[in-house]
Amino acid sequence: MGEFFAMSGYWPFVWPAYALAMAGLAFEAWRARRLLGRARQEARRKLAIQEQS
Amino acid sequence: MSWAWFHRFGSPPYFYRVAGKLAPWFGWSALVLVLVSLYGGLVRAPVDYYQSDAFRIIYVHVPASWLALMTYTTMAVSAAIGLVWRIKVAHAVAVACAPAGVSFTVVSLVTGMIWGQPTWGTWWAWDPRIVSQLFLLFFFLGYIGLRSAIDDPDRADRASAVLAIVGVVNVPIVRFSVDWWNSLHQAPTVMRMDKPAMPWEMLWPLLLMALAYTLYFFWIMLVRARAEVLRRDRGGQWVREALARDAAGGSA
Repeated sequence: MGEFFAMSGYWPFVWPAYALAMAGLAFEAWRARRLLGRARQEARRKLAIQEQS
Repeated sequence: MSWAWFHRFGSPPYFYRVAGKLAPWFGWSALVLVLVSLYGGLVRAPVDYYQSDAFRIIYVHVPASWLALMTYTTMAVSAAIGLVWRIKVAHAVAVACAPAGVSFTVVSLVTGMIWGQPTWGTWWAWDPRIVSQLFLLFFFLGYIGLRSAIDDPDRADRASAVLAIVGVVNVPIVRFSVDWWNSLHQAPTVMRMDKPAMPWEMLWPLLLMALAYTLYFFWIMLVRARAEVLRRDRGGQWVREALARDAAGGSA
């Protein structure tokens, strides 16, 4: 197992590269979901204002 | 061939509904394929004779680089469709591509820098491939910046579409830079005229990760495009019905 994580001594390069790539995917997914949630909230607010007026 | 199916996508309610149904399939498929590709790239692929285990960075660097180009091309084609046929959904798709493109390009550049240190002995080189990839990032950022600088949505659509189309000239430069100029960056190993220069045991995780990134891109793009369509038409009658449907079904 230790050999696997050591990556033949290249662990300071391999693991940060993978961590960055996966963090990038996760961050972008979170941002997109948050954007859609906010757009829905905003649309609901706008519709509620229309109904009141 | 009937183009009716394509024209239907120009309707925001139709696009919002269909994108909501498709998005989760893309998202879950991408997640499964990423996990399988990680296992393939980190565990199953044999050690490279020249680069040892450092070569495994290829499985995150190359798909991100491919997707950066694909995202830009999708953005430019959507922007052109929006500009020529005045389809607002096409502009929404272009808008949705840009932030994902920034992420893919940044991941491509930074993982490339990390890979460059053990293989080239430097974090950065003013190499044609790297510099053209950096310009790709500037085009994405320029597109986002230009849009946010213009208040009128129609003018923002038109101006940013022109910038996206102009920037397409950089796509073949990125792709063929390693063939056109003497470059520190290695020549293509997969997309070659003859067969790929990688054995199958190393190749399949790369192809699978590229497919995973592609599905992931479609998921992100659809989620963002739905948000953009909703933002543009908020207050519309169809939005009321769509939101009620979302609340009932909990779509992505």
